[in-house]
Amino acid sequence: MIYQLNADVRNFGKTISQLSDVDIYTCYQCGKCTAGCPIVMEMSHTPNQIMRLIQLGLKEDVLNSLTPWLCAACETCTTRCPKGVDIAKIMDTLRILARKEGYQSKEPNVVNFNDIFLNCIKDKGRLQETHLAMVYNLKTRQFFKDADIGRKLFMKGKISLSSDKIKGTDAMKSIFERSRAFLGKGE
Amino acid sequence: MVESSQNENIEILTYSEVEEVSGYIGNFDVRIRKKARLVDMKKCTGCGTCYQKCPVKVPSEFDMETGMRKAIYIPFPQAVPNVPVIDKVNCRMFTKGKCQICQKLCQAEAVDYEQEDEVIEDKFGAVVVATGYDLFDASVYGEYGGGRFKDVISGLQLERLISPAGPTGGHIVRPSDGKEPKNVVFIQCVGSRDPEKGFPYCSSVCCMYTAKHAVLLKEHIPDVQTNIFYMDIRSAGKNYEQFVQRTMEQYGALYIRGRVSKIYQRGDKLIVKGADTLAGSQVEVEADLVVLATAITARHDSKELAKILGIPYDQFGFFTELHPKLAPVETVTSGVFLAGACQSPKDIPDTVAAASGAAVKVAALFSGDFLSMEPLVSTIDTSVCSMCKACMEVCPYNAIQEEEITLRDGTKKKQLKVLESVCHGCGACVSTCRSSCIMLKGMTDEQIFEELMAVAQ
Repeated sequence: MIYQLNADVRNFGKTISQLSDVDIYTCYQCGKCTAGCPIVMEMSHTPNQIMRLIQLGLKEDVLNSLTPWLCAACETCTTRCPKGVDIAKIMDTLRILARKEGYQSKEPNVVNFNDIFLNCIKDKGRLQETHLAMVYNLKTRQFFKDADIGRKLFMKGKISLSSDKIKGTDAMKSIFERSRAFLGKGE
Repeated sequence: MVESSQNENIEILTYSEVEEVSGYIGNFDVRIRKKARLVDMKKCTGCGTCYQKCPVKVPSEFDMETGMRKAIYIPFPQAVPNVPVIDKVNCRMFTKGKCQICQKLCQAEAVDYEQEDEVIEDKFGAVVVATGYDLFDASVYGEYGGGRFKDVISGLQLERLISPAGPTGGHIVRPSDGKEPKNVVFIQCVGSRDPEKGFPYCSSVCCMYTAKHAVLLKEHIPDVQTNIFYMDIRSAGKNYEQFVQRTMEQYGALYIRGRVSKIYQRGDKLIVKGADTLAGSQVEVEADLVVLATAITARHDSKELAKILGIPYDQFGFFTELHPKLAPVETVTSGVFLAGACQSPKDIPDTVAAASGAAVKVAALFSGDFLSMEPLVSTIDTSVCSMCKACMEVCPYNAIQEEEITLRDGTKKKQLKVLESVCHGCGACVSTCRSSCIMLKGMTDEQIFEELMAVAQ
């Protein structure tokens, strides 16, 4: 791959810095984030490579990368970074930006999981494991994935099939609407 | 060191502390506390019986706690002067009130438990500050073990292990079980270039001493493998880069560009988990010994010393030079010079260069009968001065002093005077003076006004 560097090389980095409130250009490529990352072996780019790609303004590579979608937000990188760069937050920003700009995640199940998780909270006001597992497994067409352990958990009363909602689900909906409107403004 | 101790023009005061410095260039009054070493320096012959027979053993500070010393000790075999000192905190005579073994055995009768601190007050012409540095404490890094693992040591500890005069007699062994290490990991920039947990500056010596350690390890243990985790290799200096290249090519050191995120014990090995950013992956090394290149920091008491000497220091506690390029060994206080790592992290050639520079500056200062200074100094018109002493408060060089003069009729009067050798002509007093009685020579109001008039014409 040969990449082109133009006069607007810093535009993408500035956008990310602005959206995440983290100065991407403080990164000096020591590699501490990559050293501590628990899932780096599954990633298409290491965290420090993502930081470098952002600095180089390679938007397509960054937003098509698998790395932000696999990031578990464990924040080991953020804690360890000698320059105080909040890498986990940047990964979060990249996920938001990628969805907003219509990039297809190479790991659609992560997107599905996030959607189901948030929808569950929006509708019920709390996370209900049974609901989450069932809808997720249906959507990803793994119908019997958790059937065995689910049965055991159910027998021991760890999970229930009844759908309990919190009282203020209306308030939850308006919170979601307002945050969506807030994000829509690009702030 | 031995040579300087034998020079008749050099007096070495070890185990002593400068307590107060007053006066100015050429006329410093210095109070030095010569601490009681409890051994008479004149009587002691340096035979060494006392520290051979002393029953108390404590970790040796000079060996970075890799070895032990006695309660009466000399820090290392070549120490100057060759006179032991008694460590009051650990000596049995002071902890339990009895023992006296060293006193009984000393044939020269030099041990004196009653000895007291001696205070010397003397005049000196110039001061050279060469107080050196401290090492950063790497235990703030939990990922490097936080001080839990015996086999994670600092570069200076390895230096003591390699030294023929060190605690192991030059045999490099693991501190935990005394076995020879076969796979050694070095981690660079521990505390340096880390604004979050350490210091933002580069310690400037670690790249080179780590390469040297890799070479020495290979020479001591031919089947050793050295792995060096680095961020950048900073080998600016004569022949430095060639040395690093030789370390890689001839001594088989594996340089891994990346950081370490975790060290943990597995059996008697330490597993070092880190990143190789060039390969774009993580790496695990099964190591016997881990050496941390800990940062150089200012001496813990450098700020107090700076206050005693009246010299500025930076936010890290390093003393500030007069000008970073044009006056690197001078300070704003005339007559006080800097040498070595008390100013900033420095390697040996840089320290020698700075020390030579400071020595020559002092020699030049002492060689003349007169001191040539910048002519732009302030003067006080004492007939107008109201003695409010606001100028004394603002003067950064303490150049304004109070003096007592005798008038013609015999009455005594106090007035202020500017020490011309100390004044730098900064003008702080001029702008502060309420009665406008202080002027800079060559920059009086009249002169400036005339200059303005000439420009305006």
